[in-house]
Amino acid sequence: MSITEILFFFLSALAIFSAIMVLVSRNPVHSVLWLIAVFFAISGHYILLNAQFLAIVNLIVYAGAIMVLFLFVIMLMNLNKESERNKHVWMKLAGAVSGGCFLMVLVSLVRQAKDFQEKTALMGTGDIGLIKNLGKALFSDFVVPFEISSVLFLSAMVGAVVIGKKE
Amino acid sequence: MTLLAFDWALLIEKLVLIAVIVFGSLGIALYTTFAERKVAAVLQDRPGPNRAGPFGLLQPFADGLKLMMKEEIIPNTSNKVLFILGPGLAMTAALMTCAVIPWSSHVELFDRKIELQIADINIGILYVFGVVSMGVYGIMIGGWASNNKFSLMAALRGASQAISYELAMGLALIAVLMLSGSLSLKAIVGEQMADGNYWNIVYQPLGFLIFFVCALAECNRTPFDLPEAENELNFGYHQEYSSMKLGFYLFAEYVNMIMSSAVMACLYFGGYDIPFLDESTLAPNVAALLGIGALLTKIVIFIFIFMWIRWTIPRFRYDQLMNLGWKTMIPLALANMLITGALILWKTGV
Repeated sequence: MSITEILFFFLSALAIFSAIMVLVSRNPVHSVLWLIAVFFAISGHYILLNAQFLAIVNLIVYAGAIMVLFLFVIMLMNLNKESERNKHVWMKLAGAVSGGCFLMVLVSLVRQAKDFQEKTALMGTGDIGLIKNLGKALFSDFVVPFEISSVLFLSAMVGAVVIGKKE
Repeated sequence: MTLLAFDWALLIEKLVLIAVIVFGSLGIALYTTFAERKVAAVLQDRPGPNRAGPFGLLQPFADGLKLMMKEEIIPNTSNKVLFILGPGLAMTAALMTCAVIPWSSHVELFDRKIELQIADINIGILYVFGVVSMGVYGIMIGGWASNNKFSLMAALRGASQAISYELAMGLALIAVLMLSGSLSLKAIVGEQMADGNYWNIVYQPLGFLIFFVCALAECNRTPFDLPEAENELNFGYHQEYSSMKLGFYLFAEYVNMIMSSAVMACLYFGGYDIPFLDESTLAPNVAALLGIGALLTKIVIFIFIFMWIRWTIPRFRYDQLMNLGWKTMIPLALANMLITGALILWKTGV
């Protein structure tokens, strides 16, 4: 096993363990913190794929900004484990069955999809994730979708201001 | 053994470098606390701490000993794990920044060329931003886990302040990145050291001003120390903390000051560049040592300015702080970015 493989398995194990802890934790604040650990593990995967820019943007945007807002809401609402109502056992069973079905569909999709077959991940050799190449691709090949998404963000910002503004 | 086939010498070199830089930063932070008290004393026309050792030089050790010896109190109703995690996170986030700062050029030792930078990654400055945004968690988790209304209010204030000023800081930074064309701090410093180029402060005076104000806000320094506004919030987010856990919070603030000074020196003041001197004429080792000296001098000057501001200007009100961040800093930074971009286009003649 090379260093890359060891890191890959370590990060994967970390991601899966943290993701399970997000679901299992009774305290919502703990869930948020475990979710941040998931983001760190995924950023580690990005770095293994030599996509440094994606890795750090994932951390800044998701772990640094969005999760802070999650924490804000949870802390201000002061959700505690006592306030969580007990769900019926049939509800839990239905959730487990539907979630399991979804997982099976996903796995079979990935196994059968033509796009994924006979392709290997470029570990540490690909360079599309570096900021220079990514920027060139975004501003030449994908410039229209990129600009449209920026308009979408702008409208979301304006909407937030309009909703938040007092009469 | 193919399992661990990598350059052990490199690993040892980096470990030594990390140890030196981390302990060096902590040592400087120790004496920054002393300098803060001395500067305050000078500005308020009193002698300041002068009893422990010659000129009071042993004062920081006395303070540290006092913090360690104090009783450790963890409130009954607090969340214990998070209560302990908070100061640890604050300190870790403060120290992690030092990984991408180029402390000097390279030294040649034992036939190896040793770069005086832990990691020259090509997203250097974004890494700094990532770490800064992690620093918010130390404050938020500590404040929430204390289970105290004042602490929670202070933590929320601190987090919203940090997020607000991060935006303007990023926008001010974009103008610098347009000039240097790279995110690596080493490349940014190299660009400023090149022949015929001046330090970025010459091209970006407004950008530096915005960045500096935002750095003050990010470090929770006066006039932006709303999270610990004692007249409204008693003591702020670390109110329930005692002993060395409190010490970690206070210490992390000083480490943050050093790191943000180093980042500002690298971005706008040529990093380890010595003005009016061509470093390439010197032997590499001498140039590296002089470079460290130059960067440290710039850091010390910045820290002094931080303290000068703290003991001169009163604290903002919370609405003033938010207005300044969103309605002054961000439009100014946007204008700065547009003007810089237009000038670069005009100069290159596209």
